[in-house]
Amino acid sequence: METSMSILIGVLFTIGTYLILTKSLLRIILGTSIISHGVNLLILTMGGLKSGGPPLLGQHDTTFTDSLPQALILTAIVINFAVTALFLVLSYRTYKTLGTDNMDQLRGIEDE
Amino acid sequence: MINFLILPLLIPFLTGILLIFFAKNVVIQRWIAAISALFNVVIAFLLVQKVRNDGIQTLDVSSWQAPFGITLVSDMLSALLVLTTTIIAFTSIIYSFRSIGVEREKYFYYPALNFLIVGVIGAFTTGDIFNLFVFFEVLLMASYVLLVLGGTKIQLRETIKYILVNVISSALFVIAVAYLYSVVGTLNMAHISVRLDDLGQSGIITVIAVLFLIVFGLKGGIFPLYFWLPGSYYAPPAPVMALFGALLTKVGVYAIMRTYTLFFIHDTGYTHQLLMILTIITIVVGVIGAIAFSDIKKIIIYNIIVAIGVILFGVSVMTPDSLTGSVFYLIHDMVIKAALFLLIGIMIAITGTSDLRKISGLIRRYPGLGWTFFIAALVLAGIPPFSGFVGKVLIVKGGFESEQFWGAGIVLASSLLVLFSIMKIFINGFWGTPQDYKGETNVPVRKLLIAPVILVTISVLYGVGSEIIFPYISQAAETLANPSVYIEAVLKEW
Repeated sequence: METSMSILIGVLFTIGTYLILTKSLLRIILGTSIISHGVNLLILTMGGLKSGGPPLLGQHDTTFTDSLPQALILTAIVINFAVTALFLVLSYRTYKTLGTDNMDQLRGIEDE
Repeated sequence: MINFLILPLLIPFLTGILLIFFAKNVVIQRWIAAISALFNVVIAFLLVQKVRNDGIQTLDVSSWQAPFGITLVSDMLSALLVLTTTIIAFTSIIYSFRSIGVEREKYFYYPALNFLIVGVIGAFTTGDIFNLFVFFEVLLMASYVLLVLGGTKIQLRETIKYILVNVISSALFVIAVAYLYSVVGTLNMAHISVRLDDLGQSGIITVIAVLFLIVFGLKGGIFPLYFWLPGSYYAPPAPVMALFGALLTKVGVYAIMRTYTLFFIHDTGYTHQLLMILTIITIVVGVIGAIAFSDIKKIIIYNIIVAIGVILFGVSVMTPDSLTGSVFYLIHDMVIKAALFLLIGIMIAITGTSDLRKISGLIRRYPGLGWTFFIAALVLAGIPPFSGFVGKVLIVKGGFESEQFWGAGIVLASSLLVLFSIMKIFINGFWGTPQDYKGETNVPVRKLLIAPVILVTISVLYGVGSEIIFPYISQAAETLANPSVYIEAVLKEW
């Protein structure tokens, strides 16, 4: 199970890296989103995927899955959600102000 | 008094929340921000004294025992960094009154600044690796806002690049934490150190060590990963630039110091050698940038990169002397970089340009500014009575003791070129024929000068009084050189 998850995460990272290296700003944001999916799945996988009950005490199971990575993912998801929201608004504003979403045209410093 | 060490974190946090309610009333915002920042300086000073007298302070949040809950740890290194951070925060706030402009102040400038301080102090104080990630995100999120606030074209453009780089490095940080968790099964830093001690350094640990170096190198701006820094730090206004230059990169440097003296100490042949090579190239690249540009912002920005190289070279050598030197130089550099950014902020406010070729003869009209800048330049280069000297001497001594002649030699040579780059600003900008600049009469130079004068005075006293400060610094370096002190303080029963 861990092996196939690792391959999937690898694929996600490949796609994310490819998208980040493109020129369109929106593709770059999609790329960061896909990478963060890969990251979250990676935490889950690295915590171990051994079968056990959901980490709820009322469930009468004897073994439980590791609850710590789930807490870490939950934290990482909301942080990433906030950053992505800011990033999207920023790119909207940049498009309004500078009139382009092409990273090539976002180069340089004003007074050089 | 057991909760004492959370106070420097809590005060700016509550202040930040409170300030949100007074968004449109700039005068109240200023007063609250300044008073709470000053109060925080006092608290941080008391914390340093407490750590000095009673040893490392730890706080198990919610009374969960050490490896299971989140532990906040205040050893001498983090206490000193917290004190430095609060001083820089206070001076940046009082500098902002006259320089940042009411428009920005109305749109949550002071709350964002306070949250930035929360993140920085939290990152210095935490004893949990994932909590360190969370505090990184707190400070980064605030820094995105501070960087883009105002919404000029250059700010929008550079913020996009800055966010992109930091989103990727945060993703790498979580990956590194996930790998480390799968190997050691714990997140508490002291407990990780114990587990790694049991495991010895296998190949996978070295890989994780390098991954952490990449992550914190991206935050801190070491050689192949510094590319985002010159552009991003160029965009914001002066007080924000001072906060970024003094604090943000130093959090990355602190994290490298922590992980490379606490976690990855069993196979230093590879990891620390790699760090050393990278830091030497960092120094060279920074120096090249510092002497290449004739733009005053760029010169100071590249001097940040040089200083990061020097500090981390001391860490990579790992002798007690060089670690002491690194801690000494780290605090010196935070203070003096903030002072320099605030000073060039005044220069840019007067002249309306950061191009050195368009500035001359400032010292005739503004002697106070000129001589403050001159002293700051000498402090930066490490001329003996001032504070850059002691740290660099110890780093170079450590380098020679462990026979790293090339590295130590480059650290020495870099001082000369740093002095050249900063004197270039002084000679071209302050000497020569005085000019008239548009709008210079509107700049309240005397009031703006208060903050950098405070910082320069502190750094002069820091150098002159190094005899008094030295016990604190060596206590900080002792924890770095001997991690068992840290582990015993956190995990009491181990």
